[in-house]
Amino acid sequence: MKFKVLDDREGQVIRTSKQGTVAVTCDKASAAGSVSQRACTFCGSRVVLYPIADALHLVHGPVGCAAYTWDIRGALSSGPELHRISCSTDLREREIVLGGEKRLERSLRSLIARYLPRAAFVYATCVVGVIGDDVAAVCKRVEADVGIPVIAVQSEGFRGTKRDGYSAATRALLQLIGTGDIDSVGPLSINLMGDFNVAGESWIIKEYFGRMGVEVVSVLTGDGRVDEIRRAHGARLNVVQCAGSMTPLAKAMQEKYGIPFIRVSFFGIEDTAHALYEVAERLSNADVTRRAQEIVRAELGKVLPALKEFKRDLQGKRAGLYVGGAFKAFSLVRALRQLGVTVALAGTQTGSREEYEELQAVCDENTVIVDDTNALELANFLVEQDIDVFIGGVKERPIAYKLGLGFCDHNHERKVPLAGFEGAVAFAREIHATATSPIWALMPRKSTSARVAKAKAVTP
Amino acid sequence: MSCATEDEAFHATLGDATINPCTLCAPLGAALASVGIRDAVPLLHGAQGCATYIRRYLISHFREPMDVASSSFGESQTVFGGESNLHRALDNVVRQYQPKLVTVATTCLAEVIGEDVGRLLRNYNEKRSTHLPVVPASTPSFKDGHVEGYHAMVCALVEALATQRGPQAGSVNILPPILSPADLRHLREIADAYGVKPTILPDYSETLDGVILDHYCPLPNGGTRVEEIAEMPRALATLDLTLTGKASRASTLLAERGAPARILRLPIGIRACDGFCDTLGEISGKVMAEWLEKERGRLLDAYADGHKYVFGKRVAVYGDPELVAGLAGFLAEIGARPVLCATGARNRALRDALADLPAGAVEEVLEDTDFGSIETACARLKPELLIGSSKGYRVARTLAIPLLRAGFPIHDRLGAGRLLHVGYRGTMQLFDSVVNTLLDAKQSSSAVGFSYL
Repeated sequence: MKFKVLDDREGQVIRTSKQGTVAVTCDKASAAGSVSQRACTFCGSRVVLYPIADALHLVHGPVGCAAYTWDIRGALSSGPELHRISCSTDLREREIVLGGEKRLERSLRSLIARYLPRAAFVYATCVVGVIGDDVAAVCKRVEADVGIPVIAVQSEGFRGTKRDGYSAATRALLQLIGTGDIDSVGPLSINLMGDFNVAGESWIIKEYFGRMGVEVVSVLTGDGRVDEIRRAHGARLNVVQCAGSMTPLAKAMQEKYGIPFIRVSFFGIEDTAHALYEVAERLSNADVTRRAQEIVRAELGKVLPALKEFKRDLQGKRAGLYVGGAFKAFSLVRALRQLGVTVALAGTQTGSREEYEELQAVCDENTVIVDDTNALELANFLVEQDIDVFIGGVKERPIAYKLGLGFCDHNHERKVPLAGFEGAVAFAREIHATATSPIWALMPRKSTSARVAKAKAVTP
Repeated sequence: MSCATEDEAFHATLGDATINPCTLCAPLGAALASVGIRDAVPLLHGAQGCATYIRRYLISHFREPMDVASSSFGESQTVFGGESNLHRALDNVVRQYQPKLVTVATTCLAEVIGEDVGRLLRNYNEKRSTHLPVVPASTPSFKDGHVEGYHAMVCALVEALATQRGPQAGSVNILPPILSPADLRHLREIADAYGVKPTILPDYSETLDGVILDHYCPLPNGGTRVEEIAEMPRALATLDLTLTGKASRASTLLAERGAPARILRLPIGIRACDGFCDTLGEISGKVMAEWLEKERGRLLDAYADGHKYVFGKRVAVYGDPELVAGLAGFLAEIGARPVLCATGARNRALRDALADLPAGAVEEVLEDTDFGSIETACARLKPELLIGSSKGYRVARTLAIPLLRAGFPIHDRLGAGRLLHVGYRGTMQLFDSVVNTLLDAKQSSSAVGFSYL
């Protein structure tokens, strides 16, 4: 059957051209029946707050929402691991009829008594929004007794898109920020925002800042700690990595506390170097700048030879990528270009109109750009654009493999850190391992075309 | 049940909160059942996240594409109802997949706002020039888990589609619980050996364990045909391997329509496999095929070789009720002790299913439970082996008990779809794995490091 993009998704799929950028339709609810790769508002809130390791995360609703987000992200902690437990109020018919507030309150009190968290987040799910539980009131009541912040997250799945979940998480975080003592925070200080310490990536980035003499007041939210987040308003600069999820919070902190923010990325050597320089520049300190230069020089010296090796094998390969936010997409396009790999398909779950303009600008012409795409579109464009390696998350993986192409997980479940200079090498190694694996030559799509070509060659 | 430790007392008082769930939600089971029907697309009526989370969860287990559509509720559908979104979703599913069947399972949200899905679907088909077969099932997760959702969808499919009357066909219906694709293939192989054509409902043995082709299939090949489901009342019998508690059985419906029901244990272990094979023999009038007889013999031979390694071993088993009951029967048969049998299923079918085990073999049964409670029970019962899904890994790691992965889900190993649990052959694989897991634990903890065991 001939593939056609759904009418409901018109404007969400475009092709880059020399004629300049076009407006991509985006930031709207997923088309019904589209089989979107995107989740819901709850998901947006849950992924942002998830890595806070000394907080209790209680999902208020029927059991599914908690079950699916149990230990779902590879967000590491250097200490407590409360974030890796899945707690649910597991609402049943009784509560649907009579309300779930009592059950929520009992659950909260007993869980807090058992796990002694530094704060508690209560995530509202679809059902809670309909039955009308006053989650905020319960949280307030419990908070008054237990002496830790108990924060309601208004994350009912139907409230909007994953982006709206980011906003709900922002509102939750703003209740913590500003409540800690900042007397000891120095002038050369930042918050690292939108890094979730997947596979230990925050640790790599923090180490660079340590060498630069820059104090990281808090990471939002990788290897997150409640007390650090409470002091986040003491930092002089907000350094935003995952722009999609954290720009609303950075903007709010600018307004409320006068902290400026910059958007950076630590994926790829170019972007990492640029990020370190930019932080140094914004902190206006000559020593910091000098140390940033030293780090970049030293690290590049270590990684460039390795990257060169990988590039030799990867030159001319074609990549597709489908990621959560656009800033990661920009970085990946540049990082892949560094490896001699062309991006011919790029998309995001939550990109904004401006971000899609930038994505078009950073991509070569004739690249397919997709917003909130679905499985069939991806399968179609992977073939149409003759992709060799696809970069995405778990839901995209089997699409690539069924087509007999390489795949690299750049989402929650990656186990290898891909950020910073050493991460750039790890990324190259991952791409290399999958794109140059000898197994693909055995797959029907490749071996059939090879057989056809061979047959043609021998026919006079 | 007495609370033997402080920790357990805590769990009892906790009551309300579930810690590390041992169940998924009902629409997951419904979607999984639907994938076992040829050219069917599952659609969930509710917010987008449910479908996406379920896809991700199933993909991590089967490592296969898994498309589940959603009617993608927003605020306005939540307030005013989701009819137009459901219709639009059906339109878009038809446009993209051209399915022969769409199943619609309700999410909590649709249930809470009181959507009458049956009526919405009738309205949909009235508007269309061609009739689209759509089977709805009510699957509220504030009531049911994935096991009950799976059974509900199988029932709904039979109710709606198994309508043909007429002369008896030489076929036999098999209603399996949630099994691996390899299990489903093997059940077919055994039925084929008795010369009866099996109609397995659902059968995702191909759709969720597919081959690589030179093109992408929007709908994977395989699955039970809608026409085969229609013929199910004309089968010689229905072999029902499920445990549904008080919920209605698809086999009862089929019996009312003509195919007598035989409720059997999941064929794991010599006795349960004999029960399954004998029933097929009885129905077909044929004796056991030579290859099957040989597999049975080899299994007995393996039992003899390994019986001392497993005798008296304390084992904790958890997962879906059918598998837990099957494994418990097998363990008791080989002289091991299934001291803890636990399930997150809510249908209260497990305890009864364990009733015919030797007295004292099972020390504790947990139903509608979570891994928080399973961990507490294990700390007290001190099993030497855990058997169940990969979600028990945390318990195994905390308590330093070896874990043998079985059932669903398995998110930390390759080949979950190829794990064989049923038949003499599947039992043999389980038996070898049980013995070898115990030997491995013994070897690694031994100061000597014996090289013959």
